[in-house]
Amino acid sequence: MPFEWVVALRFLREGRLQSALIIGGAAAGVAVVLFITALVQGLQANTIKRVLGTQAHIVIRPAEELARPQREPGAGETMLPRIEARAQRLRSIDQWQALEPMLDAMPGVTAVSPMVSGPAFALRGDASKSIAIFGVEPARYDRIVAIGEKLVGGAFRLGPDDAVIGKELAKDLGIGVGDRFRILTAESAQPVAATFVVSGIVDMGVRDLNRRSVYVAFRTAQTMLALPGGASQIDLKVADLFGAETLARRLEAQTGLTVESWMRTNEQLLAAISAQDISTRTIRAFVILIVAVGIASVLVVWVVQKRREIGILRAMGASRGRVQRVFLLQGAIVAASGSLIGSALASAMLFAFLRLAQNADGTPLFDLIAMPPWLYGAAVAGAIAGGIAAAALPARAAARLDPAQAIRM
Amino acid sequence: MSAPLVELSAVRKTYGAGTEVEVEVLHGIDLALAPGEFTALVGPSGSGKSTLLNLIGLLEPPTAGSYRIAGRETATLAEGDVTALRATHLGFVFQFHHLLPAFTATENVLMPGLIAHGPVTPERRERARDLLRDVGLGDRLDYLPRKLSGGQQQRVAIARALSLAPPLVLADEPTGNLDTHSADDIFRLMRRFNERSGTAFLIVTHDPRLAQRCDRIVELIDGQIAGDAPNLAHRPE
Repeated sequence: MPFEWVVALRFLREGRLQSALIIGGAAAGVAVVLFITALVQGLQANTIKRVLGTQAHIVIRPAEELARPQREPGAGETMLPRIEARAQRLRSIDQWQALEPMLDAMPGVTAVSPMVSGPAFALRGDASKSIAIFGVEPARYDRIVAIGEKLVGGAFRLGPDDAVIGKELAKDLGIGVGDRFRILTAESAQPVAATFVVSGIVDMGVRDLNRRSVYVAFRTAQTMLALPGGASQIDLKVADLFGAETLARRLEAQTGLTVESWMRTNEQLLAAISAQDISTRTIRAFVILIVAVGIASVLVVWVVQKRREIGILRAMGASRGRVQRVFLLQGAIVAASGSLIGSALASAMLFAFLRLAQNADGTPLFDLIAMPPWLYGAAVAGAIAGGIAAAALPARAAARLDPAQAIRM
Repeated sequence: MSAPLVELSAVRKTYGAGTEVEVEVLHGIDLALAPGEFTALVGPSGSGKSTLLNLIGLLEPPTAGSYRIAGRETATLAEGDVTALRATHLGFVFQFHHLLPAFTATENVLMPGLIAHGPVTPERRERARDLLRDVGLGDRLDYLPRKLSGGQQQRVAIARALSLAPPLVLADEPTGNLDTHSADDIFRLMRRFNERSGTAFLIVTHDPRLAQRCDRIVELIDGQIAGDAPNLAHRPE
């Protein structure tokens, strides 16, 4: 073993109590940082997953219809027009059939699903419920919102007169899989009514959606909503969740359609997440600072205690640089061992947390909270860098000791 | 007489230069030590003996004058070269033995080699053990310093000073806090290494009895050399 290692390790072993204290401090610090990081990341991932579990990342709709003045003001003429905003009727996206393959081929887009949706009533016996019907192609739509995973009964199968309905609606209408009910729409001059068979019941996780959602076949919805051959929106799923807004803006510029990303429709959620990020970052920074100051202060005391030994080593031919490295190494060793213990501690804390945070049926309340392996690597590397930085000052003090004076003590 | 091992001319040492408490400790020292010389440095307390020893040991630089070691002028040397010279040319034995308390006797003796030549080899370890056996500590090889008596610790210190076979060993009152019997032992030990391997010794001592057993006696009074003569009374032991 080289000189620096021999001396650093022996000094650490000699001052067992001090070593244990700072290693313990470093371990606690690393554990807190790791635990907070993993927990917050996991909770955020869970929140986003839940929000996006029922939403497309990007939704493309027809451009809004604007009312224009009937004529432009002439030269030297002042006009005080009163223009009423137009009521937005249900329309199809122009040329959506041409848009679809283009979106399919677009890099970063992982799923594309056209949809026809509009208002309707669900009728059974004397009961009528206001609903929204979503006409989708099950295979495509399942990749946007995993309906298959949310089924509580039946299957996500949409034949011409099949309907998959929310579980609250099923309860409100008193129907189950295989039962019939009627849907009434009023998009054309004459109301259209048709009978459907419940092929599946879903739980979207949101009561309001469960009360109002009815999925039917794409073509059926076109007929019911009087949009033959049309699609009222196109849902997209993208690979880069947080790049959705940028992509949405680009699509909007390219197509002239209304394009909204989940980030725009969930602005408050994102604001909350970024506020949380700032607070965890602050906590992390302070914990790291406190641990570093702790390591530095113990090492400063150490240097004072070891003055005579440092003098002897210098007299025996150890250069200032090597003495300095001994103490830098001590900082690094202490931080490295602290971070290993801290990593184990953080894993244990996370395991305990996940055991406590369980649903009544024993399934985990949060399924995305895990310690990513890179986090351990980052913790150890960061701790070593921090330990060396913390040791810099004491190490310099050690290197500057005048050997003649140090020995005389 | 062969070329001197160390040579000081007109060396002065001032502490607190430029301040109100400026004090000159050494007022122009001329001194040369030849290879293999066994010299006593005597003088009353505060006469500058330790300071002179530290200068020769390259632990601090002179304020003025020239100090040459093995023919090299030290004033112009870089810090790293001074450190290297210290490692290869000088061994130290201090009054309070100054062993590294965290290391065993053998490890203490190995330390200069570890610093100068890198990781310890089995041969070096065996040589260190031989050296310790040579100073009569064959049964204390792996003892920590605190488990050793004062005389034993000083033997370890001597073995450590000799571990890289330096041409000069500087000893600052090596027997200062030992009883007469142990002091005699330590002194005989140094004399033995001097005669056997030609290592030069410069020994600061208060003990006139021991000084009388050296080849040469240099007397320092008030920062000046008051006497420097071969010791004719000395009989080989």
